[in-house]
Amino acid sequence: MSNKNQLTTNTKMKRDALEVRPKNSFLSNWIGVTPFFIFTLFFIVLPSVSLVTRAFQDNAGNFTLRNFLDLFSPAILSSYWVSIRISFATALAGGLLGFLMAYAITVGKLPDGVRSGILTFSGVASNFAGVPLAFAFVATMGRTGMVTVLLKNVFHINIYNMGFNLYSFLGLSLTYTFFQFPLMILVITPALDGLKKEWKEAAENLGASQGMYLRKVLLPILMPSILGGMILLFGNSFGAYATAYSLTGGFINLITIMVGSQIKGDVLYNPGLGYALAVGMVIVMLIMMIFYYLLRRRSERWLRK
Amino acid sequence: MKRTSFWSWFWVAIGSLYFFLPLLSTFDFSLRAKKGVLTFIAYENVFKDPQFWSTIRFSLVIALFTVIFSILLVVPTVYWIRLRLPQLRMLVEFISMLSYVIPAIVLVFGLIRVFSGAPFHLTNSYFGTYVLLVAAYVVLTLPFVFRAIDTGMSAIDVRALTEAAQSLGAGRGTILFRVIFPNLRVAILSSVFLTLATVIGEYTMASFIVGIKAFGPYMSLIGQNKTYESSSITIISFTMTWALMMVIQVFNRDKTKRSSLSGVR
Repeated sequence: MSNKNQLTTNTKMKRDALEVRPKNSFLSNWIGVTPFFIFTLFFIVLPSVSLVTRAFQDNAGNFTLRNFLDLFSPAILSSYWVSIRISFATALAGGLLGFLMAYAITVGKLPDGVRSGILTFSGVASNFAGVPLAFAFVATMGRTGMVTVLLKNVFHINIYNMGFNLYSFLGLSLTYTFFQFPLMILVITPALDGLKKEWKEAAENLGASQGMYLRKVLLPILMPSILGGMILLFGNSFGAYATAYSLTGGFINLITIMVGSQIKGDVLYNPGLGYALAVGMVIVMLIMMIFYYLLRRRSERWLRK
Repeated sequence: MKRTSFWSWFWVAIGSLYFFLPLLSTFDFSLRAKKGVLTFIAYENVFKDPQFWSTIRFSLVIALFTVIFSILLVVPTVYWIRLRLPQLRMLVEFISMLSYVIPAIVLVFGLIRVFSGAPFHLTNSYFGTYVLLVAAYVVLTLPFVFRAIDTGMSAIDVRALTEAAQSLGAGRGTILFRVIFPNLRVAILSSVFLTLATVIGEYTMASFIVGIKAFGPYMSLIGQNKTYESSSITIISFTMTWALMMVIQVFNRDKTKRSSLSGVR
């Protein structure tokens, strides 16, 4: 009896090989994660901290809040504003189109081939951005682009006479949407897959119509995921530089373009202000990410398996 | 039921138009280098340009180092956290996601300001700029590499594998390279190809750190100087992205979890 008892305790102890070994010291416990922390310290923390501290310094190196106050000058505010508007517009448009397409391939019961085709294309398109995307849109909606010419010759609509310009707010928004809606499809499809048939049946048993089910059950459940996805899209276009730069050659007043020219040379004639400009972008992104995490926590409540 | 199906097809059609029209227009334009005839001369010109090959080779090598370095950095870290330090998981995940919060243009700004001066002077030598670019790309791809590896690691019983290997007399290196790595190959390979798709045509960081040597800035230069070649190079670049994504699809065929969110715009 006692022998058997001893055996069980013995196997219990030996079951976990690591615990049989002598207790590891603090140092050997941490050694495995040290490279990661050293790397991120140098290449994420140090650059960020450096930008923040320089943003709080004047040209002589003394502490100042002046740079952040200067952010509220009309020229700088307007470039933040253009960036925010373009991000908002493309997050909304891309988010809606992406959601509707994701809805079509999940709840809408389209054939499996369509679903996997669209998911593959979304993977490609959401990664297809920057310089080539700008070229593609010049070939499409530029002055001699295929769609422009098609509209002119077939439908007798000259979009450039109607005030359209690819290098403007609308043109850039159309271009960004190309990588925005596929990203929304990728983000929202798991949430739509997580919808339970029982919810629909329960609603129907209680006498709800299709519209009522959509309004009172589906949308409230999905809303956090939809908004969360849109916030992700917002950040995606807020930080975009390559696409805008190669499309407009730097002539559109976006905040990323402004930071870019400040890196190349001190176009603001005030290095500290340039740093504050960059830090301001991170602050906008941080606010967005806080919303995102709050929303994600809400949406996970319903999608728990 | 019929109504639902109509709207489903309708939105899919709109999205497909949005997706294919730019590609079709670009392809059409790339064939018009000679008046009146369709020709592949714009493609020939790109393929004949030695700078095309040298920039592609450069970006591939940078991508390769990025891949090696980020896998060597992330896999042992995630492994160690699962095994010994679960309390650090939140912190490491948070750090990995930071490059979503810090836009590429801001990160490159900070990197240049820190590493161009004393004591690093990385931008004074070619080698230094390559190191800086690889480091920047590791940060850039960290969110999805971390996520892919973490998901892959959660699918295997790390503790049991480690104990089994230890009881057979394996040391730490053997466990990591001959037990953990092979079991993670799907996760590793899909993050490798996603990294390649992200890094090869990357423009923002490459243009500030190494300039015209990389493929992204080279494409931008073509766009400024050559009309038809800019379209053919777009098609070439798209084909490469597509090929890489198809490879990921093949790896992930039996998995439902997808992790193809990347961050370069």
